[in-house]
Amino acid sequence: MRVGLVVVSHSAKLAEGVAELAAQMAPDVGVHAAGGLPDGGIGTDFDAVLAATQAADTGAGVVLLYDLGSAQMTAELAVESLTDPGSAVVVDAPLVEGAVAAAVAAQGGSDRAAVAQAAASAGAGDGARQEEPAAEQRQADRIELTLANEVGLHARPAALLVRSIAGLDADVRIRRGDDEADAHSVLALMSLSARKGDRLEITATGSQAGEALRRIEDLAERNFDE
Amino acid sequence: MGCGAAEMAALLRAGAATIERHRVELIDLDRPIGDADHGENMNRGFAAVVSTLDTAVPETPGGVLKIAATTLISKVGGAAGPLYGTAFLRAATTLGDAAELDPPAVLAALRAARDGVVARGKAEVGDATMIDALSPAVDAAEMAEANGIAAMLAAAADAADKGAESTTPLVARKGRASYLGERSVGHLDPGARSTALLLRAFAEAVG
Repeated sequence: MRVGLVVVSHSAKLAEGVAELAAQMAPDVGVHAAGGLPDGGIGTDFDAVLAATQAADTGAGVVLLYDLGSAQMTAELAVESLTDPGSAVVVDAPLVEGAVAAAVAAQGGSDRAAVAQAAASAGAGDGARQEEPAAEQRQADRIELTLANEVGLHARPAALLVRSIAGLDADVRIRRGDDEADAHSVLALMSLSARKGDRLEITATGSQAGEALRRIEDLAERNFDE
Repeated sequence: MGCGAAEMAALLRAGAATIERHRVELIDLDRPIGDADHGENMNRGFAAVVSTLDTAVPETPGGVLKIAATTLISKVGGAAGPLYGTAFLRAATTLGDAAELDPPAVLAALRAARDGVVARGKAEVGDATMIDALSPAVDAAEMAEANGIAAMLAAAADAADKGAESTTPLVARKGRASYLGERSVGHLDPGARSTALLLRAFAEAVG
C-alpha cells in the first residue's frame, strides 16, 4: 500500500507527461493525471481532479501536485470535498521535480507527510551539496566504487539507488570530485552528472549505514540492472 | 419579508440573468488582462444553476446555495469556479438547515463567503481581485444589519460597485492578470465586476 499521486495541470498533455515521467521512476505507485477540460481545452476540471484523487487513494492517502494558480484552488477544493479530507494533501512544489521526488518517496514506502515533504523540498537549491559536511566526518562508513553501467547516475539508476536505501536508518551521501549529493534525493544524485567510469565516494552514518552501503555496492555491481 | 428557499432561488435566478446580460462586458474586461473567458464561464455556470433549480428547489436557503456551489464548481472552471464555488459553499454551510433567514444569518453567510474566498485565493484587499468588491460589501452589510436584509444587500451592492471601481488603478497581484505586473494598471478586474453585478442583482431581487 503506497501513497498515490495526482498531477493537476491546465493541460491534459502536460499532466500525462509528468505522470508518465514520475511513474517510470516508481513502478508500483499510482500516478494519476488530471489535466485539461473535458472537451480537451486548457483548464482544470474539478470533477476530473476529484475522481483522480479518489482513484489514487489505495489506503495510504494521496499527494496532489499542480501547475498554475487556479489548478491549486481546484485541487484544494477537491481535497475538501473528499469524504475524508485528511486523506489527501495539496503540495506546493515544482511540478516536474516535485512529482519525480514524490513518486520515488512513495515507491520507497514513505508515508503521506514524507511524500509531500519530498515534493516540497525538490528543487530547493540545486540539490547537490546542501548542508553540514563537517558533522558527518566523525564516524562515517565509507566505500568507493566506479560506475560501470552505460548511462551512469541517470534518472532510472538514481531512482533505483534512492529506492534501495529508502527506509534504512542511514544518512547517505555520494561524492564525485568536489560535488556532494544527498543519496536520498533522485534529483540531487542526477545533478552530480556522474557518468560511466566515474569514481564515486559514498559515505553513510546511522545504525544501518553498513547495510545501506552494501545495497548500493550490490546495485552498482549489477550495473543497476541495465 | 422572509427569506426562505424560494426567495434564495429567486436571488440566484436574478444573478444568472444579470450575468447573462453582462456576458460580453465581462469577456471584454477579461481580454486585455486574462484569457477572455470570464463572461462565458460565469454564464455557463449560472445557466447550469438555473437548470438545476428548474428541476427541483431544495427545502432550505442553505440547500439552494449548496446546489449552486457544486454546480458552479463543476461548470465554471478557471479560478472563478473554485472561488465562487467556495463562497457559496461556505455560505451554505453557515446557514445550515435554517428554513428562514434573518439579518444575522445573512451577515454570517456573507462573512463566511468572504473568508472562504480569501482563504481559497490567498488574496487581500488591494490585490485587484473579487475580494476588492466582496470585502467592503460585507463590511457595509454589517453596518446596515439593523435595517433588514433588503437594506443590507443594497448597502453591500453599493460598496461592491465602489470596490470594483477601485481595482482599475491597481497592479494585479493575484491570478492571471498578475503576470502582467504594471500593465494590469488601468483595467477593472473582471472578478470584482462580476461580484458587484451579482450583489446588485441580489439586492434588486430582494428590494
